Amino acid sequence: MLRQLFAALAMTAVATVVLGLAYPLAVTGIAQVLAPERADGSLVERDGEVVGSALLAQGFTGPEYFHPRPSAVDHDPRDSGGSNLGPSAPALAADVAARAAAYRGANGLAPDAPVPVDAVTASASGLDPHISPENARLQADRVARARGLDAAAVRALVGEHTVPRALGVLGEPGVNVLGLNLALDRAAD
Amino acid sequence: MAATAWGQFLALVALLALTAPVLGRYAGAVYGGGGAPGDRLFLPAERLVYRICGVDPGREQHWTRYAFSLLAFGLVSFLALYALLRLQGVLPLNPLGLPGLDPHAAFNASVSFTTNTNWQAYAGEAAMSHLSQMSGLTVQNFVSAAAGMAVMAAFVRGIARRGAETVGNFWVDLTRGVVRILLPLSFLLALFLVGQGVVQNLNGHTVATTVEGAAQAIPGGPAASQVAVKQLGTNGGGFFDANSAHPFENPTALSNLVQTWAILIVPFSLALAYGHLCGDRRQGRAVFATMFAVWALVSVAVMLLESAANPLLAGTGADQAAGHLEGKETRLGAAASGLWAASTTGTSNGSVNAMHDSLSPLGGGLSMLHMMFGEVSPGGAGVGLNGMLVMVLLTVFLAGLMTGRTPEYLGKKITAAEIKPVVLYLLAVPVVLLGFAAASAVNGAALASLNNTGPHGLSEILYAYASTANNNGSAFAGLDASTPWFTVTTGVAMLAGRFLLLIPVLAIAGSLARKRPVPAGVSTLPTHTPLFGGLVVAVVVVVAGLTFLPALTLGPLAEYFAL
Repeated sequence: MLRQLFAALAMTAVATVVLGLAYPLAVTGIAQVLAPERADGSLVERDGEVVGSALLAQGFTGPEYFHPRPSAVDHDPRDSGGSNLGPSAPALAADVAARAAAYRGANGLAPDAPVPVDAVTASASGLDPHISPENARLQADRVARARGLDAAAVRALVGEHTVPRALGVLGEPGVNVLGLNLALDRAAD
Repeated sequence: MAATAWGQFLALVALLALTAPVLGRYAGAVYGGGGAPGDRLFLPAERLVYRICGVDPGREQHWTRYAFSLLAFGLVSFLALYALLRLQGVLPLNPLGLPGLDPHAAFNASVSFTTNTNWQAYAGEAAMSHLSQMSGLTVQNFVSAAAGMAVMAAFVRGIARRGAETVGNFWVDLTRGVVRILLPLSFLLALFLVGQGVVQNLNGHTVATTVEGAAQAIPGGPAASQVAVKQLGTNGGGFFDANSAHPFENPTALSNLVQTWAILIVPFSLALAYGHLCGDRRQGRAVFATMFAVWALVSVAVMLLESAANPLLAGTGADQAAGHLEGKETRLGAAASGLWAASTTGTSNGSVNAMHDSLSPLGGGLSMLHMMFGEVSPGGAGVGLNGMLVMVLLTVFLAGLMTGRTPEYLGKKITAAEIKPVVLYLLAVPVVLLGFAAASAVNGAALASLNNTGPHGLSEILYAYASTANNNGSAFAGLDASTPWFTVTTGVAMLAGRFLLLIPVLAIAGSLARKRPVPAGVSTLPTHTPLFGGLVVAVVVVVAGLTFLPALTLGPLAEYFAL
């Protein structure tokens, strides 16, 4: 029995050193050599300053920028997560209706115009970096107006920043909002 | 459901079909006792571990000693992890200066990770230092999975051996499972995930000034190395609170497909390894097919359910052609979220790429039922095969009762010595699950934790105990599980769901190992046929249905009909 307890102690110690230090540090070392930008969070810099991560949404609100999906955590990466509202929750219906009305108002849509579901529902992580292509298309006119740009030019930019399904079938197409907004700013310069 | 959704499902099936036979044969060799591929590389490392730990690899154990080793290792693991989590505030690799966990949270997390559950009553990015994630949680991701696989190896030896007193050596099985299966696979998967964008560094927050001028704290950490083994070891505990919905854990649709594969590959492969280990590959294929059939049916159903519109939002003007996207990510979409939900609940994995609390009533209910089947489709690493073989024994017993013959499995008579532990195995989870759920439903302190009311509130409670008692770990995460009531009761549920199942399995193994098979006769029930597989599925469904249907009626079904 004592022999088994000793084995348990020693095995835990060995596992902690090998699996808890050597393995993650080895992966870290290799990752930092082979793909440091990705291993560090796909940081995006502008003029030498970090302005965000290509993988994390930012809470854009200005009319001259495309807006991300709603977030239950206010797009704060210190506390990721969704609303956890059930499919029958009255609060969910109220939130969605309010967001749909605000979306139509901001983008000059008719009061009964359908709104893409991703624009009015909170994402799982609260940090969803993408919006659907239809959502981007509906925002394009507003952004063009606010910037005094040709709407066709903005829509073309949306097309350039649309990521298709991986391998043709995986996931759904999306538009990276931060990438698109940075491209808009670059186009303005 | 769109053609692309079927494409995703078929891509996953193709990946599994290509890899499971290979890994199954390899795992059979790892636990088979003879030579195995890679001996020249792995044997010296294993011998070094045995020498440090004072283990004689040639000395096999009686099932009771095997069980004692398992319990001793579980206890030491728990104490070590508990101490680490309590003390993380004064230990290094803590760039955010996070304090130690309070006793309730540390107890719950330590039980959770040492039982391969990975239920999380904390938010990773706000509670765990890098040292705790690496040297505490990642370690348990490996060894708790390997311990379950070890018990599976002992169980299979019990079935295959004749007139034997021993079922293997726990320390050898534990070591070989880590060194030869989990560690190499995790290493490769971690590097692939970094290539997709999963973070792997030791940084604290990188504070960005956003385009509109606000400050945004971008988290760091050794996530890829943990995410890899979280999937392969059917653990499921996220590095971040949003788990694999977080873009830093699952950045692309491709990383999503590969992680879904990683959730399923080890348990499916071990079913095929069983065929190699028991000397009759047809038996392994039959178990595999049974697991696969249930998983595939539930997967397609949940994909369809999540791709449909939510009737609640019909009047809001939302165009729901893309499905119900509350709590889902754009890059993954509704179908891939449904496929993952079915896969993570059919294994005892429990990682999520969508918020299960926001799944459709039937999608969430089916995910719950998938856990209530007892985690057998294909179940956790090792423990899934244990569960399915217990259902197989129950099926031959019931079939024997119906035909009036002494039941037998692979030539061995199944008697009271086996059926008693089988019944204990089958009763442990329902008693704990329904008992705690009922107590919570009439307990004001528990009800105060709910995020939703009505039938969905009951679903939050049911899901919590279905998840913890089955060592799954996923959650209807609106429930605030960090209260003393939930940390203690879910902790007890996790312990019961682990050890009240593993110990009976070892008892069955010990009893079967001693028996000598009798030659098959004309009235022997063959156990490798589609007919028998169908019978096993029926037994799984009927046992879970009889036990849980009343509760599910009041939760997910009531919610569905009310919508």
